[in-house]
Amino acid sequence: MTRPAPGTATIAAVFVGGALGGTLRWWLGDLVPDGGGFPWTTFAINVSGSLVLALLPVLGVVRRHPALAAGLGPGVLGGYTTLSTYAEQGRALLDGGRLGLAAAYVLGTLAACLVAVTLAGHLSSRADQREFDAEEGNE
Amino acid sequence: MTPLLVALGAGVGATLRFLTAHWLDGRWPSGTLLVNVVGSFVLGLLFGAGASADGLALLGTGFCGGLTTYSAFSVQARDQGRIGLGRGAAYVAATIGLALLACALGYGLGQA
Repeated sequence: MTRPAPGTATIAAVFVGGALGGTLRWWLGDLVPDGGGFPWTTFAINVSGSLVLALLPVLGVVRRHPALAAGLGPGVLGGYTTLSTYAEQGRALLDGGRLGLAAAYVLGTLAACLVAVTLAGHLSSRADQREFDAEEGNE
Repeated sequence: MTPLLVALGAGVGATLRFLTAHWLDGRWPSGTLLVNVVGSFVLGLLFGAGASADGLALLGTGFCGGLTTYSAFSVQARDQGRIGLGRGAAYVAATIGLALLACALGYGLGQA
């Protein structure tokens, strides 16, 4: 893979978007902290972020502007959703011997996110999705 | 202070993820897989080591949260599944399996 380096505006958009998305995730976690049971807040964050990312190819303005695609996709939504907290929560539940809850959380998040992005994928054409992907919206 | 630490860490993490994916993601998203596993390892390490509240805000919620992504993972899994169901299943199993393993390894190392 030899691709030209991303432009400064695109990188800056990812940085700012990532900072905003991460702050929104922190704020929601502060407002409704995940307790010792099923981590509903992180679950809701990951499902809603996946849904919105899969909806972005609908917007022509996003597909046509690389900095906007990168700022919203890898930036805001990448910063908003998290796989590390999901892994740590799964690990902690397993470590505590709560196998059923760990499986429900790990597989439940996966299933809900896959359903969300599959449904959202019906709202834009495959060509529009490929264009958004080519703008590096899905990284 | 906490939101600023989170924002800074997440901005840096997201940028590092974007650049890694830019250079490594091809038809198979190796770059995204890599950052998701590395971020899970580092977060496990921070929890295992009992990092301070500020340290967790900057490096955990911020950097590791920004470095890793569930949204791109979901869309990539769907798209790999369109190429072939086995491919989609392999991507999902690799990401979740390796992330959990890396997180447990990091946690154990942090406690040591």
